[in-house]
Amino acid sequence: MIDFIVRRLIAIIPVLTVVAILVFLMLRLTPGDPAAVIAGDNATSDQIADIRTKLGLNEPIWTQFVIWIGNMLQGNFGESFFFKKTVAELIAQRIEPTLALAVCTLIFAVSISVPIGVLAAYRQGSLVDRVVMGFSVVGFSVPGFVIGYCLIYVFAIELGWLPVQGYIRIGVNFWGFLERMILPSLTLSVGFIALISRITRASVLEVLNEDYIRTARAKGLSNRVVLMRHALRNAAVPILTVIGLGIAILIGGAVVTESVFGLPGLGRLTVEAVLSRDFPTIQAVILMFSVVYVVVNLLIDISYTLFDPRIRY
Amino acid sequence: MSTEAKRPVLEVRNLSVSLPSGADRVHAVEKVSFTVSPGEIVCLVGESGSGKSVIAFTVMGLLAKALKPTSGEILLEGENILAASETRLRQLRCTRMSMIFQEPMTALNPVMTCGEQIDEVLNTHTKLDAAARKAKIIAILARVKLPEPERIYASYPHQLSGGQRQRIMIAMALVLDPVLLIADEPTTALDVTTQAEILKLIAELQDGQGTGVLFITHDFGVVAEIAHRVAVLRWGELVEMGPTEKILSRPEHSYTKMLISSVPSIHPVHRDVRKDGPTVLRTEKLGKTYSGSGFFQKARVVRAAIDVDLDIRRGETLGIVGESGSGKSTVARCIARLIDPSEGKIFLGDTEIATMKASKLRPHRRRVQIVFQDPYRSMNPRITIGESIIEGPMNFGLKRDEAIVRARKLMETVRLDPNSLDRYPHQFSGGQRQRICIARALAMEPELLIADEAVSALDVSVQKQVLELLDEIRVRLNLAVLFITHDLRVAAQICDYVAVMSKGRVVEYGSAEQVFGSPKDDYTKALFAAAPGRNWEFGKFAAA
Amino acid sequence: MSAISEDVVDSASISAASTKRRSLWLLAIRNPNVIIGGTILAIMLLIAALAPVLGTIDPTRIDPAGRNKKPGTEITYKLDDGTTAKRVAIMGTDSLGRDVYSRVIYGTRVSLAVGVAVAIIAVLIGTIIGLISGYVRWLDGFIMRIMDGLMAIPGILLAIALVSIWRAGLITVIFAIVVPDVPRVVRLVRSVVLTVREEPYVEGAISVGTPTWILMFRHILPNTVAPLIVQGTFLAAAAILVEAALSFLGIGIPPEIPSWGNIMAEGRTLFRVFPHNIFFPGIFLALTVLAINIMGDGLRDTLDPKMSKKV
Repeated sequence: MIDFIVRRLIAIIPVLTVVAILVFLMLRLTPGDPAAVIAGDNATSDQIADIRTKLGLNEPIWTQFVIWIGNMLQGNFGESFFFKKTVAELIAQRIEPTLALAVCTLIFAVSISVPIGVLAAYRQGSLVDRVVMGFSVVGFSVPGFVIGYCLIYVFAIELGWLPVQGYIRIGVNFWGFLERMILPSLTLSVGFIALISRITRASVLEVLNEDYIRTARAKGLSNRVVLMRHALRNAAVPILTVIGLGIAILIGGAVVTESVFGLPGLGRLTVEAVLSRDFPTIQAVILMFSVVYVVVNLLIDISYTLFDPRIRY
Repeated sequence: MSTEAKRPVLEVRNLSVSLPSGADRVHAVEKVSFTVSPGEIVCLVGESGSGKSVIAFTVMGLLAKALKPTSGEILLEGENILAASETRLRQLRCTRMSMIFQEPMTALNPVMTCGEQIDEVLNTHTKLDAAARKAKIIAILARVKLPEPERIYASYPHQLSGGQRQRIMIAMALVLDPVLLIADEPTTALDVTTQAEILKLIAELQDGQGTGVLFITHDFGVVAEIAHRVAVLRWGELVEMGPTEKILSRPEHSYTKMLISSVPSIHPVHRDVRKDGPTVLRTEKLGKTYSGSGFFQKARVVRAAIDVDLDIRRGETLGIVGESGSGKSTVARCIARLIDPSEGKIFLGDTEIATMKASKLRPHRRRVQIVFQDPYRSMNPRITIGESIIEGPMNFGLKRDEAIVRARKLMETVRLDPNSLDRYPHQFSGGQRQRICIARALAMEPELLIADEAVSALDVSVQKQVLELLDEIRVRLNLAVLFITHDLRVAAQICDYVAVMSKGRVVEYGSAEQVFGSPKDDYTKALFAAAPGRNWEFGKFAAA
Repeated sequence: MSAISEDVVDSASISAASTKRRSLWLLAIRNPNVIIGGTILAIMLLIAALAPVLGTIDPTRIDPAGRNKKPGTEITYKLDDGTTAKRVAIMGTDSLGRDVYSRVIYGTRVSLAVGVAVAIIAVLIGTIIGLISGYVRWLDGFIMRIMDGLMAIPGILLAIALVSIWRAGLITVIFAIVVPDVPRVVRLVRSVVLTVREEPYVEGAISVGTPTWILMFRHILPNTVAPLIVQGTFLAAAAILVEAALSFLGIGIPPEIPSWGNIMAEGRTLFRVFPHNIFFPGIFLALTVLAINIMGDGLRDTLDPKMSKKV
């Protein structure tokens, strides 16, 4: 088991290395002087020269990479010239809303989508199934910001039940926080629910075709027991996989959702950084999100062993 | 067989099951009637599409939704289970009637221990407490002769072999002493030695408890081994039924006669072995080692073939027989250079091809041709069979029209209509496709033809025809044939020489008569002893 | 799978399959999902093609006098020759007085162009890399590590980063969306190649001395067509959504070119008062993507039944 975890940990190193190289190269491939690009549009030539020496831009490119990756590993993500802060400070300031949004969405989406997916598979071809599948296609197709504005229009503007926009820190006022989390989480959940309910249905259906399900029926077990005890646990691995992959959708969706609801999170930060061409921030945010994505998927990989005794090399 | 007097445990009366519309016939099963008495083993035997499995699943009430019983009755100890509610059926399953399946590898839930899976049966159908259930499970595991029942109880299915898993299935089926056991090809997926043990176990257990067994099989060897009575099915209809001895030795229906005549004898025919032909293929210490690659995985080394020395002369058939994992197919694929051998030499005539580079190898590819097992996957479904046949010759410079002329001739050789060259593979049956594959191989005018389990996927009657065709072609074209098979009967009929492989090595090698008549190696002896129906000589009946 | 299917249903399905193989495409275009999705999509294509004659005016025309009109308001605008004309702005006007209806109609062009272009380019590049990866063993590891790395960066973020480097524009946006999609196509093609090359019929072709490139184009590549069409459809739908999101965030298509995303971006600030700026393009966007997704579902069910079991 430890062996397995260590092996998986080692396996993510090449992936993260490639990510780091890609993120690093991104800036170097920008037309123009990277130092000038990093410094932003209003920088003086002194500032540019300063950055130049700091990043070792006069050195060969791989030395630059070593310097850069060394800084990143020490948590030194550079300085945002636009925000006049270190990038690390910026991220620390902005992480709470994003984390809160992601956690709320995950909990909400998973607790809705898995049951409806199972139900749809269990009653394949029925009205329930068609409604779930129909919702799933629509959920895939309507963009998050349209859903967000529709929800704002109905619940905040017309009905006035919930605040339109904004964020209150969880420590400041919990109810205020919760109130402002409902609509964003709901918005972000739609696509996620569509994805997971679909994959749950497909996985359960596939498992229901397996020989051991027939064996379970031949034992005289009731349909409910066959479904809950035999089918669901075997379907868990593909469902978990997709939840892991869905984190990418969640992160992408957070960027849009935060903009719609005015949440001062990392997604909003990304957009602001792009609009002001603040490259150190863009690089750091992308790198961070990628690491989170890879690590979450690693944890999911490891959790497979809880569901499937065969996965244990 | 004096069971006639007792009330049958299972009585099937006039059963019909309809197929979904659009199928090639209306009924999967039509007006079938038979009985199974206590302590009796009844075999339902038939080729693919005969409806034998459908009957088994109908009895259990596990039929796929597309299939519907339309008439008749199924009486389990007098109770019509076709009319029973789903709840009642659930109560009956595993208590009065049980079923075991063909694929032991997939029939058990991979994420539950074997003990838990049997425990489910007891938990559902009895009021025993945990300790009593466990004791009962350990007892039944011992009864199906699994070693260390305690360990097996806690094992997951993937930790057991195929034979052990089938024993778990049998334990699960019999733990509540049902009156009826339905066995759907329970040994088809197993190796011959394991098959023999499982057959013996089923016979012992049912005899001890007086269980009635409905045994589904396509294999007359198995029938001869285990059945008290036999019912022969064709296209969903029961053509003939009677005591085993009578059906096998004095069949009345022409279809039964044809089927039984098609079963190859396990005793090799005497073949004149000529010693004068030039050697077409010779291998010297041929070996293939697979090593699990990847930086992060433990290195796993599998030696699939070790020190294999074979030779085949012109006009001869060399058979390689062995169980799954014996390395017989690895050897064939090395010789065809579909995989690269790790050690040793392969001489094709005088040319050594084992280590030859891919670019230099191409001209020699023509000389060795291979026919594969699965007739449904061995031809590109997107191009016509004509294109498939002429592809090879055209690769070697033959003009298109000449190649077509050759293809038409070959179609006649394999007894297919030359005018059907412009059809697609899906328009042919399995046996026809194997003929086309043979034609494709012959189009290259090879020196060596490899048949890798080429008749294993075919029904016995079709198998017979393809075997005859292969032998005829060998004689006519004076070909060397390397015949890979797991089926001893087939090997006995077609091979001049036989090499028996086990765990990657050739353990016995000699003329077919010698190997089959007086095997010397212990493994070979065990293998032959396990062949089902080896004591039964299947008669050859003139088709009526 | 089950003994039943092996025994009976299979023999039935084999005879059914004889008609199947050749009429697969016919079956696909008869699928109700494909028909519904295809029809809506065809209407959208028609709208894009006929945008100038569908009662639109110049979508970039700014009119300070006619700002922020609600849908249905009659507006007066100047023609090029100096005369004025009246028309009803059925979708209202935006904060610069531009006609939302005209912008939405013209926006169809951008969305469809992005969807189609991304799908085609991603499939082409992905297929080439996938074939190389599946066939040239010593390159496989290297290529797949890069693809793993690309896949590890959440798609929209990668697109955002690329747009920020290249500066906004239609071509930039298209390529920024293509890059994260390529690894998905590569994986699909590679897996088909790896599976199919193990098929006995490919081994059969090898043993009759078929050269590698014929093997590739005749025996292997055709197997990728159906899954790629299905995948391409879904890529197109996703690309339209990503373009809209980028433009909505103000980092995609610049406002001179009307796109559904930047019409909505325009409407964000005054959303509480004038929600029409967001709803009309939103409806078009959702409808188009829905149509493509529905069509994709239908195509997958008919062309690639194996995949439909998986997702």
